Amino acid sequence: MAEQVIPTKKMPPGLQVENVDDRIMTLNVGPQHPGSGHMRIIVKIDGDYIVDADPDPGYVHRGEEKMAESRNYITNIPHLERPVIHDSCNILYPYVLGVEDLVGIEVPERAKYVRVIAAELNRCIYIQYWLAIYGIFLGHSTMFMWPAGDRELLIDLMEKITGARVTHAYFIPGGVRNDVPANFEDVCLRQVNYFEKRIKEYADIFYDNPILKARTEDTGVLSREDAIRLGTTGSVLRASGVDYDLRIKEPYDVYDELDVHTNVLKAGDSYARSKIPWLDMLESCNIIRQALEKMPKSGSIRTKLKPNPKGREDEVYRRVESGRGSAGCHIISRGKPEPYRLKLSVSSFRNLIALPYLLKGEKLGNMPAVYWSLNYWPVEADR
Amino acid sequence: MSVIAPKFRLGYFLKGIFDNAFWILTIVTLAGIPAIQIALFFAPLPVIDGQLLTAFLAFTWLFNPTMQVPLIKALIYSDLFRIAAFPGFGFAVLIAAATIFVERKMLAKLQLRVGPFYCGKIEGILQLAGDGLKLISKEIIIPAKADKPLFWAAPVLFVGTAAAFVALIPVAPGGWVVADLDVGLLAVFAVIGFFPIITILSAWSANSKFPFIGGIRALHQMVSFEIPLILSLLGVVILTGTLNLSEIVESQSSFPWIIFMPIGAIVFFTTMLAELERIPFDLPEAESEIVAGWLTEFSGMMYGLVQLGSYLKLYAFAALFVIIFLGGWTGPVFWPPLETELITEGIPIPNYAGDPILTVNTPGLPLLDKDPNEWVLQQQGELQYTSGQLLVSGVIWFVLKTVGVIFFILLPRGVFPRIRLDMLLHIGWYKLIGLSFVNIFIALGLVYAGVIGPGGIL
Repeated sequence: MAEQVIPTKKMPPGLQVENVDDRIMTLNVGPQHPGSGHMRIIVKIDGDYIVDADPDPGYVHRGEEKMAESRNYITNIPHLERPVIHDSCNILYPYVLGVEDLVGIEVPERAKYVRVIAAELNRCIYIQYWLAIYGIFLGHSTMFMWPAGDRELLIDLMEKITGARVTHAYFIPGGVRNDVPANFEDVCLRQVNYFEKRIKEYADIFYDNPILKARTEDTGVLSREDAIRLGTTGSVLRASGVDYDLRIKEPYDVYDELDVHTNVLKAGDSYARSKIPWLDMLESCNIIRQALEKMPKSGSIRTKLKPNPKGREDEVYRRVESGRGSAGCHIISRGKPEPYRLKLSVSSFRNLIALPYLLKGEKLGNMPAVYWSLNYWPVEADR
Repeated sequence: MSVIAPKFRLGYFLKGIFDNAFWILTIVTLAGIPAIQIALFFAPLPVIDGQLLTAFLAFTWLFNPTMQVPLIKALIYSDLFRIAAFPGFGFAVLIAAATIFVERKMLAKLQLRVGPFYCGKIEGILQLAGDGLKLISKEIIIPAKADKPLFWAAPVLFVGTAAAFVALIPVAPGGWVVADLDVGLLAVFAVIGFFPIITILSAWSANSKFPFIGGIRALHQMVSFEIPLILSLLGVVILTGTLNLSEIVESQSSFPWIIFMPIGAIVFFTTMLAELERIPFDLPEAESEIVAGWLTEFSGMMYGLVQLGSYLKLYAFAALFVIIFLGGWTGPVFWPPLETELITEGIPIPNYAGDPILTVNTPGLPLLDKDPNEWVLQQQGELQYTSGQLLVSGVIWFVLKTVGVIFFILLPRGVFPRIRLDMLLHIGWYKLIGLSFVNIFIALGLVYAGVIGPGGIL
């Protein structure tokens, strides 16, 4: 009798059927899993230890870069902020700076300050959202509700400025879309002061919690050398002891006129990575107060553009410090109203590269803590 | 747009109460009373005052002033009432439902939320009923490769084991317990030993990865915390010299044992949290790691049954803590005795003009007393308290203490994050077992030093 041939079906990774006597179990963490974002991590575990982790993003790819090639410089604004709607000002900032370089227009002084205030408010909104998810990933339901509730303060403030709660589309080449309301300075100062008082309370319930410290300290340690070698940015890099903040190293708009401090921790573990964004929020409150003081009380907030501006034949690359790290935008222009090629360089994808290195050898219980401490937003990584 | 809770308005509050009362009355009249009448045809009925109670007579007697007290009394002292209603299942389910409501509202207040608000109109008091209706009406989905008989059996077994645990809890003096065993504490340990078996059974039979990991975690957790659980209670057994839970309570009539063994109480409370799988020890249901742990594949009322079982278990553990460390029902008797005139002279019933036309004499009026003649002895000064007085004040003390302990079980959920499996095992095997041995040595020291012995201070 002829030997029976069993056809082997080629299966996508993660769906392979394992041998019964195999010690290794493959878990699909995501995309329908409460502990993943809009992505999948294929985790191989041996007992309680992770032997291999393979992040698999791409479930929410929108093709933002291709879409940008068929739209002009103004109509690109509302869709380029979609990857990170809760940090929309900061993801739009490098694009706006790059287009201003290409078109060659000056931004009024007052608009620069308004931009800084809006960007810092938006950074706080993003970090609150991130912190809420970090809390529930660690099983701390109060830390899920408190940031989500306090975030409303700043969202209301942004609604007063821009008219939209989440997707602002506020920055445009040449300034900002509309002026701030009349009594904005007082309202903003009051809300920010209260917000700062509230987030200082998080230390009592979350950051100084002995169980949290015992659980996240010395887990997923990223050394200073590895952090630089793997190309991480933002809070991940600063938690590993690298003093690198684009607001200080490459100041844009009026950040060089403000007294900006950066927060650096040496440990490089999940705890340090989760604490840096919280310290950033406190620093943002300081920056907003300074900007409110120095902001010109009147003046133009926008330089008028021509109806369909053409960029000069050149390429520019501008980057800013967003809520997650450096967000860059590379625009190639061929003298048309549309960009010839637009590339978003986002920190989420660069921080995700560190995930397999950090998860290898960790316990399964540490997976959410390490994963979300990378300050990663899946939609931004897919663009 | 943030949702702001409407302000409290008395009119709406009263309307809510009236609406609820209207619907409850309607449902009871149209469905409840006929159902009871039908059930009575098939139930064995007692003989009261030489007359056999029949289903036809039941409602007549219930509204006959001379017969209703003996009727209710016969009901209260039947075995069925004991198992289904008062110290048994019904009482426990009532406290479990109250626990769920308090947990939701308390956590909401802690987290700057409102919590359940609209269902039932008064602070969302009917939210639990709504959830139950939803769970019952949902389809039950079973994984294709599951071991179906075991998978079906697991939730039922879980509730059954929790109910068995509840049956061992004495609630009031005078034998108000479903099963009054001389080895009550040993039986409690035996019942607790069933929970990890049921958990791993359901996790294994689901034939799915996340329930399997959750079940293994539950097994690790429950088995390693059962040892300190048992050891931490041995100190009290050494001091009292009995395993009967009612006798353990009676031994605390002057002071609760928590005064002499706070270490044992702390160890028992910690192991209790772990056995109940509550935060910070909810690893078997860790959402962000393993979806819902061993509950992942349960749907519909199967999930509801597991939740019911776990809240019954919570009540039983809190009650066990009260019985062993806080003195159970002991406390000052504050319930007043019945007035003498009411019993000796009867109750005058007036007509519409206010003139008494009928005097009803009910010899069995001391409703909750075991022996109807106890009030006579009390009048003569031979008896300090009747058993009815002891029952009512005992139950109130017991419920107050249990609710206090349940509050402290619920509180960590708002304060702590979840811990990791290796930290959990380290706490269980290194710290809690050591502390429970320290507790045993304290108990032995107290006994051999002659400070305290079986039956109180020497």
